[in-house]
Amino acid sequence: MIVSRSQHNTNNKLVFRPDGEDHPSESEHEPERRFMLGLFASMLDGVLVGAVYGLAASGLTLIWGVMDVINLTHGAMVTMGMFGVYLLFTETGLNPYAALVPVAALGFVAGVVVYWTAVHRVVGRPPLMSLLTTFAVNLMVIGTGTILWSTSPYNVDVNLPGFSLGDYTFTGNHLLAALAALIIAGGLSLFLGRTRLGKAIRAVAGNRMAAELMGIPSSQVLARAFGIGIALAALAGALIATLFPFTVLSGGSYELKSFVVTVLGGLGNPTGALAGGILLGLMEGGLTPFITVSWIPVIEFALFVAVLIAFPHGLFARRPRR
Amino acid sequence: MSPKKPFFWVLVAVIAVFLVPVLTNNVSLRESLLLAAIYIILTSNLNLMIGFTGYVNFGNIVFFGLGGYIGLYLVTAGGLPLVAAAALAGAAVGAIALVLGLGILRLRGAYFALATIGIVEAIQAFVANFEPWGGATGLYLSFQAYQALGGPREALWTVYLLLVAVMGLSLFLCYAVKNSRFGLALFAIREDEDTAAVLGVRTPLYKATAYSLSGILPAMAGALFFFKQGVIQPEQAFDLTLSTEAIVMLMLGGQGTVTGAALGAFLYEQFRGILLTSTVFSSFQLVIAGALLLVTVLFMPGGLMGWLHRRWPRLRKVLE
Repeated sequence: MIVSRSQHNTNNKLVFRPDGEDHPSESEHEPERRFMLGLFASMLDGVLVGAVYGLAASGLTLIWGVMDVINLTHGAMVTMGMFGVYLLFTETGLNPYAALVPVAALGFVAGVVVYWTAVHRVVGRPPLMSLLTTFAVNLMVIGTGTILWSTSPYNVDVNLPGFSLGDYTFTGNHLLAALAALIIAGGLSLFLGRTRLGKAIRAVAGNRMAAELMGIPSSQVLARAFGIGIALAALAGALIATLFPFTVLSGGSYELKSFVVTVLGGLGNPTGALAGGILLGLMEGGLTPFITVSWIPVIEFALFVAVLIAFPHGLFARRPRR
Repeated sequence: MSPKKPFFWVLVAVIAVFLVPVLTNNVSLRESLLLAAIYIILTSNLNLMIGFTGYVNFGNIVFFGLGGYIGLYLVTAGGLPLVAAAALAGAAVGAIALVLGLGILRLRGAYFALATIGIVEAIQAFVANFEPWGGATGLYLSFQAYQALGGPREALWTVYLLLVAVMGLSLFLCYAVKNSRFGLALFAIREDEDTAAVLGVRTPLYKATAYSLSGILPAMAGALFFFKQGVIQPEQAFDLTLSTEAIVMLMLGGQGTVTGAALGAFLYEQFRGILLTSTVFSSFQLVIAGALLLVTVLFMPGGLMGWLHRRWPRLRKVLE
């Protein structure tokens, strides 16, 4: 039984299709064993996709942590990443994984532009202001995208061989996307910890005035941090495009997932985001065999609100912030 | 409120404008103004949260949608008359919002804004799965429901007049809250919540009350609107776009002012009408809404009314 990308339903869940006919000599314990295997496979799939969720959320949470801005352009930028890889792949024939590099570069530039036009003036002001300006940019980007590509579905047609486990087949796309997400998240962690710009970003996040007094040009650093956050969102979008079909509006649902992940992992905590993403993916994968797929968002968002109220600093917070 | 207050005459003038289609029997004008009335209801009530209390509620549409569902359910399954169903929907949503508000209003600033987005998604996903309310296919009104109001044609006029009444109530609510001790407490919370708490404002209760108050009238409007439509579905009922458009209208008109909220909603509706009928601009609606919002927030944070107030300070007394 092969589950390919086309058999994902609209909620991007693996469709669980047990097939009895192919195995006429099933023993008594066979159904249970097959169910457990299916559950394991579903959870493994959740973990792989969850790593990509985590990557998307790390961009959101980096921007939040550094400048206290909840970036509502996030979903639009995930969409731009998806279409970036799609256009590079169909127009120039570039390998989708090689296309990650230009997509990240374009994302960085877009982020810096958005910072100087919409965010710079409202950093440090009441949250209403930055929520509204980033939301305004989001409307403009999504509006332009709808004009260019309507809201019909697109997909990037790559199929890498993978392996199968029970009723599931894991395509190479899933494995490579998860691997890429892990590498990029690791790179982000090294970048923030080891490089000069990374240290400057953390200094500005800690105390902008003190950083400025130490000679760090804080506005430039914030612009670059915003660019990196957007680049991460675009990269996540590009990886998602190799897994599932997408529309202009898909970014919105990944933005919501990023919020859930961010809240699980702790707002402003990029390493927690990866853990939060994997946790969310594991939960989705673990729940899929047991309940109707359409109930999963109900649980997801109820959990989101509950965690937000109970643990506003995330489940993995080491120390309380603010 | 006495006729001596300027606001009384503003309210009378606004309602008089909305009665023009009734007098001239103009159906297309009625449809346009009906949408404007709904925008004004949503924006005025959102103003209680954003403008007065300083809390961004991205999920104000939840009240509208839930009110629509409860109202339509009471009419179809309970056989209640429309007015009773709408009133009950308002009361039920107010109660739900109070309970919800006591929970999520422990969060501040951006955390609260995030939670409200989560609430829209959770409730929409829940309603889409909730079988008594028709799940993803929604609720449909039988044709008989209109007979109780004297046939479909009369029913549409009745719904319009009821919506105008709810709009008048929304404006009055905004005005009454603004000029009360309760409103003063909300302003204190907006300016500095910790200081307000230290000075004896019971912030959690006041915030939850404001949240609940801001839900009642939109819920009634939802019940009336979806009765008029004859059908309600999760996607239309909990449309996050409308929710955010309400924020655009509020910022455009001027948050924190009663007339500004109404003016923003009215102008946005007219503007949208022009954009939608123009072949060139119809697809640019979102882009233009976004650009308007960005320019307003960056360069005119007080909105149109704030600008007018700064230009002619005396206007503050007349147009609150």
